[in-house]
Amino acid sequence: MTRFWTRVVVLLTVLLGINYIAWRWLASLNWDAWWIAVPLVAAETYSLIDVMLFGMTVWRLKIRKAAPPPPADATVDVFITTYNEPLDLVMTTALAAKRIRHPHSTWILDDGARPEMRRLAEEHGLGYVTRSEDWKNMPRHAKAGNLNNALMVTEGEFLLILDADQIPEPDILDKTLGYFTNPKVALVQTPQYFSNVPASDPLGSQAPLFYGPIQQGKDGWNAAFFCGSNAILRREALMQLGLVGYVKETEKSIRRALAASQSAIRKARKSADSDNRLVAQMLDEVEAATLEARRQLDDGESLSEITYRVRRKVDQAVQALVQADVSALQADLEEIAAMELAHVGDSGVPVVADDAVQRMSARDWSPLGAIESVQAVLDALSVERTGEAQPVMPLATISVTEDMATAMRIHGMGWESVYHHEVLAYGLAPEDLATMLTQRLRWAQGTIQVMLRENPLVQRGLKLGQRLMYFATMWTYLSGFAAVIYFAAPIVYLLLGILPVTSLSADFFIRFIPFMVVNQLLFAIAGRGIPTWRGQQYSLALFPTWIKACTTAARNVWFGRPLGFAVTPKDRQTGGPSWSLIRPQIVVSVLLAISSVVGIARLAAGMSEPIGTLVNVAWVVFDLVVMSILVRAVLYKGFEADGFEEGSGPENLPAEGLIEERKTDGS
Amino acid sequence: MDLSYEVKDSYAEIKAAGRLNMVSAPKLREFVADVVASGSSRIVVNLEDTAFMDSSGLGALIGCLKAARQAGGDLRIAAVQPQVKMVLELTSMDRVLTSYATADEAFGND
Repeated sequence: MTRFWTRVVVLLTVLLGINYIAWRWLASLNWDAWWIAVPLVAAETYSLIDVMLFGMTVWRLKIRKAAPPPPADATVDVFITTYNEPLDLVMTTALAAKRIRHPHSTWILDDGARPEMRRLAEEHGLGYVTRSEDWKNMPRHAKAGNLNNALMVTEGEFLLILDADQIPEPDILDKTLGYFTNPKVALVQTPQYFSNVPASDPLGSQAPLFYGPIQQGKDGWNAAFFCGSNAILRREALMQLGLVGYVKETEKSIRRALAASQSAIRKARKSADSDNRLVAQMLDEVEAATLEARRQLDDGESLSEITYRVRRKVDQAVQALVQADVSALQADLEEIAAMELAHVGDSGVPVVADDAVQRMSARDWSPLGAIESVQAVLDALSVERTGEAQPVMPLATISVTEDMATAMRIHGMGWESVYHHEVLAYGLAPEDLATMLTQRLRWAQGTIQVMLRENPLVQRGLKLGQRLMYFATMWTYLSGFAAVIYFAAPIVYLLLGILPVTSLSADFFIRFIPFMVVNQLLFAIAGRGIPTWRGQQYSLALFPTWIKACTTAARNVWFGRPLGFAVTPKDRQTGGPSWSLIRPQIVVSVLLAISSVVGIARLAAGMSEPIGTLVNVAWVVFDLVVMSILVRAVLYKGFEADGFEEGSGPENLPAEGLIEERKTDGS
Repeated sequence: MDLSYEVKDSYAEIKAAGRLNMVSAPKLREFVADVVASGSSRIVVNLEDTAFMDSSGLGALIGCLKAARQAGGDLRIAAVQPQVKMVLELTSMDRVLTSYATADEAFGND
């Protein structure tokens, strides 16, 4: 029944939204002020698409019944990922994980390689994994690398992944493993819920809309997201992903090397030594071998054979070259001997043995080493993936949010996913604004990275619905730019009297107000009473974070610049209120307030019309109310452990004892 | 590869710094030929700063030896580094080109 009404409201929202935006584009633009009119209508169009994508998400909202019982013989590894979190925090989670009822092995994946952590793990009979030797001097890939490393030394059929602060319920596996009786299911995600957040949630830590209608809606499209923690994955799917990725990456690097070989050879020919006969000959051989390899690659021959053949051909050419050097040298010696027998001695001219020729042809002594650029290309023509710690990287490493990228690839290969809507683990949210901002920035950066590197709209293997589900989340993170325009428009009107629409007549209101009303109704119905206001506030108020995420991620993907990435600290940051963190928002708020005063003064002076002023002042008030949350966020002193009655969480917190324990530890 | 030479009392010392490989070998040949042509046929190639030699480099050394002998002199080598020494031993060329500790010692006995 709810589903029916949700769909009715979705349809109404789409119809009324298009009705409004079409009128805005076609009939309402004030072209005299195009510099604000066009950006504003573009921002409104952005928002309409955002709402339509949300509507599409909840269109298929999936409310699952309990999973069937777990497969009897399922083997499970529980991974607790840590880098620098306090040891007692990690151990609380690890010991809770050990108490999970379904048979399993618990592993602490310690990227900090702390001896004390190892000792604690051993003392409590827990598995302990750190990076293997292979990772020395290789890209580490943060959490994805940590998990990929652990996948190589463990063997459970299923993996439960937990962040260091996510205390699991003992029945977390009993309630989720059953979904895997469907052999196509690769992922079961459960909500991320935070136990250290008061009911007012000043930092917007809980994400009830996401871990609710949005994930349930994505689940309906078989596109439930993997969110990095509190999820169970099928090893088979991850390994398949790793292998496919390995082949793809290898082919890409071979193609790149072959493409580079042409220019390397051309450059070597142009260089000062081009008149060197041996060099020229060598270059001809290498060119012939790489051209042949290109043809074979296009014909779809196997990568290992192609690279092997190139190497053999080049090796043969090198050997012929060395042999020629040796023969010439031998001839010289004969001549010297003929000139003056006595000098060479009784044993005659020394003969260079075949194995010496072989040795002189080997990679490290080869004459080809003289042409470094060409040698580098040939070295890259390999199937060993020499630039990575391990050839097979199951978890995607293209983004700092490896989870989203991984899930998208899993879906792309035809696997299915499940969102299980029941809190089965209790985590810790950041307790100060600085840490919270770092975390949000990281999520946004990671999402934009995935969008720019593997745009879901063009990923083969994904169904249209799945493409749009991934795209919807990415689209949301572009909201920072729209926010700036939404702040600018009322300021422009109130200060200068310039209206981006031709008139604020009935034409405007009869189109705008119904759209706004159904829009809010949609969130209310889809949300079924969950608090979404905090989320709406932050999606607008954190506009500087979203913009920074977009620009830094774009610079990173397109120009290889670092993101300035930081691990989210799990323990509280200390120090007084840090107003500097929200400087852009303070500036905007002050501008909004000043423009309201000016706008009202202009109205009093008869310089502007009442309706325009009223609408824009109302707009400003709304913006200021939205941003007021930041004041509370800056002043927030962290979670006070004064009982659970103010907690907004489930009635009974079964992991209560552990959470209590953690609080008395003072961590 | 950087090549330089200096005429001493009884010989000319050629210093070869860098990698003696396929690319630089012809340069060494030319350089020695020029030195021989200028009248010095007793030559010491100082390999102190030659960290690497491949088959082309070795071929060039022997070619230079031939040029020096044809001119009635000799070519000797000094201060051989480990990789070069390995190449010489591997190819038995150490029986043709004895390595002296320093350039001075190379023609010390005659």
